[in-house]
Amino acid sequence: MFRFNIISQNLNIEFLKFKFFALLFSLILIVMTFSSLFLNGLNLGIDFKGGILVEFRSIENKVVNISDFRKDAKSLGLGEVSVQEFGKNTDVLLRVQKQEGGNKEQVEALNKIKNSFKDEYTIRRTEFVGPVVGEELKEAGITAVLLSLFLILIYIWFRFEWQFSIAAIFALSHDVLTTIGLFSLLNLEFNLAIVAALLTTAGYSINDTVVVFDRVRENLRRYKSQQNIVIYNRSINETLSRTVITSLTTLLALFVIYFFGGAVLKDFALAMIWGVVIGTYSSIFIAVSSLTFFKIYKGFEDKDKSKSVLEHEL
Amino acid sequence: MYFSKLNSLLILFVSVIAILYALPNAVTKFSFNKISTYLPGKKVNLGLDLKGGSYILLKAEMKTSEIEFIDNTANSIRNDLRKEKIRYKGLNSNNGKITFRIRKKELIDRTKNLLEKFQVNFDISNIEDRFILDFSENGRKNLYASTLKKALEIVRRRIDESGTKEPLIQSQGLDRILVQLPGVDDPDRIKRLLGKTAKLSFRFTHPRIESNELTNSSSVPPGYILMNSENDRDVYYLIQKRVMISGEELIDANPGFDQDGNPAVMFALSTLGGKKFGRITGKNIGKPFAIVLDNKVISAPVIQGQIFSNGQITGNFSVQESRDLALVLRAGALPVPLTILEERSVGPGLGKDSIEAGKFASVIAIVVVMIFMLIYYGIYGLFANVSLIMNMVFLISVLTIIQATLTLPGIAGIVLTIGMAVDANVLIFERIREENLLRKNILESIDQGFKRAVSTIVDANLTTFIAAFALFIFGSGPIKGFSVTLMIGLITSMFTAIIITKYQIITYAKRQTRNI
Repeated sequence: MFRFNIISQNLNIEFLKFKFFALLFSLILIVMTFSSLFLNGLNLGIDFKGGILVEFRSIENKVVNISDFRKDAKSLGLGEVSVQEFGKNTDVLLRVQKQEGGNKEQVEALNKIKNSFKDEYTIRRTEFVGPVVGEELKEAGITAVLLSLFLILIYIWFRFEWQFSIAAIFALSHDVLTTIGLFSLLNLEFNLAIVAALLTTAGYSINDTVVVFDRVRENLRRYKSQQNIVIYNRSINETLSRTVITSLTTLLALFVIYFFGGAVLKDFALAMIWGVVIGTYSSIFIAVSSLTFFKIYKGFEDKDKSKSVLEHEL
Repeated sequence: MYFSKLNSLLILFVSVIAILYALPNAVTKFSFNKISTYLPGKKVNLGLDLKGGSYILLKAEMKTSEIEFIDNTANSIRNDLRKEKIRYKGLNSNNGKITFRIRKKELIDRTKNLLEKFQVNFDISNIEDRFILDFSENGRKNLYASTLKKALEIVRRRIDESGTKEPLIQSQGLDRILVQLPGVDDPDRIKRLLGKTAKLSFRFTHPRIESNELTNSSSVPPGYILMNSENDRDVYYLIQKRVMISGEELIDANPGFDQDGNPAVMFALSTLGGKKFGRITGKNIGKPFAIVLDNKVISAPVIQGQIFSNGQITGNFSVQESRDLALVLRAGALPVPLTILEERSVGPGLGKDSIEAGKFASVIAIVVVMIFMLIYYGIYGLFANVSLIMNMVFLISVLTIIQATLTLPGIAGIVLTIGMAVDANVLIFERIREENLLRKNILESIDQGFKRAVSTIVDANLTTFIAAFALFIFGSGPIKGFSVTLMIGLITSMFTAIIITKYQIITYAKRQTRNI
């Protein structure tokens, strides 16, 4: 009835054979994340750190000489500055660190920047975040991520069993952490939009995981005589074509944002692209692999008969 | 296993409504005006990052008003005690507390009764004859709320008078004011207008000592205070603490010019204030009279003759400065100073570019995904594509109806929804395909496929919805916009997949089986 069937219905890849490789690979990713965080830290944007950001476009669309611009910006005496080309070679993004003193000093610095570049550049955007708000946004970001992880945990616990919710959170934290690691490793700016991308990644990844778990649950009930490991593999295989197709269409949309969505959304799209890839991987290899470490009884409706039910072995 | 006539009509009806609401967004401004009489007429509300504008978050510095309030309370306690002839000692206010002792222990109960009326704002306790009034959480809340309300009113008046169109001014939390100014990409003037508390006063300078005669600040004579000049950082004045006339007496102020043609501010005092002003100026001809604004001296002209209600403030103003000063004086003084916590401005150029990029990305994403679905699923892909388009229509119409704010990350949310919206369709199709392997009857497979897929779809989307909801609660500005589009997108994509795709498939499959 359907035209194509790239992924065969009768596919039977023993994904869980690779579970130790996968876990090792993820362990390496996590170790890399933490060592990068330890060595490089996270390039926090002004949203969290406080400071000033100004986007300029040269008048008459002259190509900007970045190093000259940097020199001019440094000569303002506002401390640490970062200058980068932004999207086009006529556009430049200037970031200035949080100034000593209170809010008044920050506003004065902003005016100084505006005035000194106003003859050659038009200002496309200015952002100033005071230290207080930066702290608050940081707190709000962390709370949002933790709260959503917690709520998802509760939901899965409610809909499935506690083993599933532990496995899902394990996979989710893996995705969120490695995305943060990617930003630390590439030294990309970590700002509010990236927090949004993190949460969307979490949403996407859990979506994927739930689809596989749903099938695991169904198959656990259906094939009571089979070993759990066989059921897990079967469930992954059965949902594989859906997993691949949805990842593909989502990635297509994300690549479009990455290439055509404008400079502001580029890093956001990158975080999401990574998130979708790692989220798809983790649903299969981390979430389901984690399940194998728990004793899960078949047939949730008859838990009391569990003694007669086969327990799976690792 | 089939849609009743009523259901079909309902789907059609909802779709038509959605299309009508989404349509105004698709047409240009010109034709929008032409056809708007036939359409619901609203467009999606664009965020400041798309239409250009400024977002300023201000903090009202409440400490000053708190100290003032507690001092005033201490004064009124002092008066009350005197009136009741209760002798006290050591009454002072410090660190949000008022403490004092009464001399006669027999009067403790009477004092307690007397203090009862302060219970709203203070926690009152006493150890024998020693009384402590502690500014309570409730009192702080009341004071902050009333101060913020006043400040908000003044901010609104100042911004309105500056001629800014459609400003959005709202309080946030206990001590914050959020100002959004669409179309203003350089908020310097607004910031200057809001940067002044604009507490005006007229005071005398010291009759004999010049400020430059002072060796250091500790030699300032009692009752006087050293004040900086507004125009020159190095110039100081020795000013009397006592305020002769305060800005509260002012009823009007307008920009104008003095005799020499320099910009000045003309002001008018209330009748009472005018009488007072006349009396003071009449008695002090020839003396310098300082005009003080926010603890800085604008100028200290020598009184030439008696002045009543109408006077002028001269200083080293530009025309713009005299206009702004007149404006803030007319709008009234802020109860507390405001400082800027956060400021984001987007110029019209960037906003337009973002919209263009967003539109382009959306169209490309839709086309790419539709081509993929068509190739992969054939006729069923076509059904999914119809659902995808309808999903966009629903999403945009909901955004329009609830007048949610569409931001740049919001557009990213839409594009992401395009990618993820097909997920529900894919889940259904794959499930139908599986079911079809088990049984021969296609209609039955479709029915079973839907039934089984729906629970998965709901589970999967609800968890994503939870993450989006967390973003909505904790996100600010543009990020909130993103979570809103994502949440609406999740709901509309579930609706379109479960209802609209099903409708198409069943109608198609029935026709197929009939033909066989």
